[in-house]
Amino acid sequence: MATIADPAVTAAAAPRRPRSGLLHFIGRLFREKPLGAVCAVIFVLFLLCGIFADVLAPYGYNQISPLNRLKPPSMKWPFGTDNLGRDMLSRCIYGAQLSVIIGFCAAGIATVISIVLGIVSGYLGGKFDLIVQRFVDAWMSFPDLIILIVVVSVVGPGMVQIICTLGLLLGIAGSRIIRGAVVSVRENMYVHAAQSTGASTFRVLWRHILPNVMAPVIVLFTTRVGTVILAESGLSFLGLGVPPPAPTWGGLLSGSGRTYMLQGPWLALAPGLCLTVVVYATNMFGDALRDLLDPRMRDSR
Amino acid sequence: MTQPLLSVRNLSTRFRTDRGLVRAVDDVSFDVAPGETLAIVGESGSGKSVTALSILRLIPDPPGKIESGEILFEGKDLLKLDDAGIRAIRGDRIAMIFQEPMSSLNPALTVGLQVGEPINLHRKTVWSKALDKAAELLGKVRIPDGKSRLNSYPHQYSGGMRQRVMIAMALACQPKLIIADEPTTALDVTVQAQILALLKELTREANSAMILITHDLGVVARYADRVAVMYGGRIVETAPARPLYKSPRHPYTRGLMASVPRLDGDTGRPLVPIEGQPPDLASLPAGCAFALRCKDATERCHRERPPLVESARHHFSACWYHERLAA
Repeated sequence: MATIADPAVTAAAAPRRPRSGLLHFIGRLFREKPLGAVCAVIFVLFLLCGIFADVLAPYGYNQISPLNRLKPPSMKWPFGTDNLGRDMLSRCIYGAQLSVIIGFCAAGIATVISIVLGIVSGYLGGKFDLIVQRFVDAWMSFPDLIILIVVVSVVGPGMVQIICTLGLLLGIAGSRIIRGAVVSVRENMYVHAAQSTGASTFRVLWRHILPNVMAPVIVLFTTRVGTVILAESGLSFLGLGVPPPAPTWGGLLSGSGRTYMLQGPWLALAPGLCLTVVVYATNMFGDALRDLLDPRMRDSR
Repeated sequence: MTQPLLSVRNLSTRFRTDRGLVRAVDDVSFDVAPGETLAIVGESGSGKSVTALSILRLIPDPPGKIESGEILFEGKDLLKLDDAGIRAIRGDRIAMIFQEPMSSLNPALTVGLQVGEPINLHRKTVWSKALDKAAELLGKVRIPDGKSRLNSYPHQYSGGMRQRVMIAMALACQPKLIIADEPTTALDVTVQAQILALLKELTREANSAMILITHDLGVVARYADRVAVMYGGRIVETAPARPLYKSPRHPYTRGLMASVPRLDGDTGRPLVPIEGQPPDLASLPAGCAFALRCKDATERCHRERPPLVESARHHFSACWYHERLAA
């Protein structure tokens, strides 16, 4: 044993302890990407806001109080009240809940579609890849909003319809990114090695390729949450989103927000600000994640 | 000779490229007996690796294609098996070790998962048992403290250790045949010797046959029972290792030996390079592929391709003048 022990083995391997994943990663995020870290905090707050909306909101989102119509922001109503005396803060918090549900569900569906389509297309390659990619090209050549409006006007407005449509729409477009990552992973020797151990195509895809494209998948998911929230607001603004009385941010903007903008500018400012901050935070968080998870930067730590 | 374990008959593998059809492997035949180590030697682009990949049907298609031939393994023609059939052979009956240990382990999976995978896959063993076996295998390839190293990732291993892991993976299901495709190219010289000695010892222990693909004649001399020399996609000479070294019967083999420095015997001997370039596989000459670089080539060599004939007992050569070379 002593004669054959590889001296490099003990020397090189011993000092490199496995880094404890998540904590270490959060530390890096704060050190290397302070803006990304702040945005991550906002993202988490938004998430908590959505999850605990029922506890956090001081009033119900549809609780009418005719005596307190169009009150400007004060201690009692931090975001003011609308034309029916409903508390804008509560409505914005419930709006966050809807945004969380729609954002995460649609981004989740989109990511799953992207993974399946991207991995299969990228790994199989050849004619299959060619046909799938031309289909994706054609799909992406339509402006998103047009497809959304067409679909919603056919199946009618509603949360489930919007989640499915946005999921499908962004999923197909996002598959391009995953495919690109798979194509570069596929040529690695370890994929051939996995095949040589007798692994089936599914096993190679699932166990050997997917873990190696997790970085773009995570980034894709995060940025998609922002895109979905924005798209949903756009639809609600056009009256094609989740129908009232559900207080979506887009709906708040277009409904009382637009009508009473001169009497109560806070009606438009509050949801508009929520939307801006959350979408900005999501995108910046996604950007920071992309930079940190980039394999080319992995060795620079 | 006993019934061969693997018998490759008239194997031809081609690649479609922009420059035309490349005959990477052209009408190659050889046998591997149970427990035997066959070395396939040749320079880059001579078709060694493609031969190895063809045996397990790992040639990417397109652009590659196994055009004809038979690969009989334990009596079954591997080329006639369906996908599930060949997958059952891969990693279980025939295992492969790749060139670059740095890139042939998956960076996102722990070593334990990768060594345990063939066991889990072929023996349908539950993961906890497969991991126990993996730890045992790591001990066998002399990685100390195998149990705790199962959870390490490949980047925490050195090059030599990674190749040990690859060997452990290959041995996992006690295959009858191991194909090692230049297993030591990326390693430094001292580690090379350790890895090869280990490989030889473990295959002998398991009574596995091995196809050792290499361009290093020194490796061949020490570890191979028999040698096949490839040039331009064909086998030009094949013989048991000792006679091949003593009296090579093909000018290419002679050239190879003259171009390698030796530490024993005549150390002052000048090294003689083989002049010229390896042939372009997309446009092979009609005659002997080596003729353009051969000092003794005649008009016949350029015109007609010499067949592989038995020049001495078990010693085959594809040269018109093999008898003259023997003298």
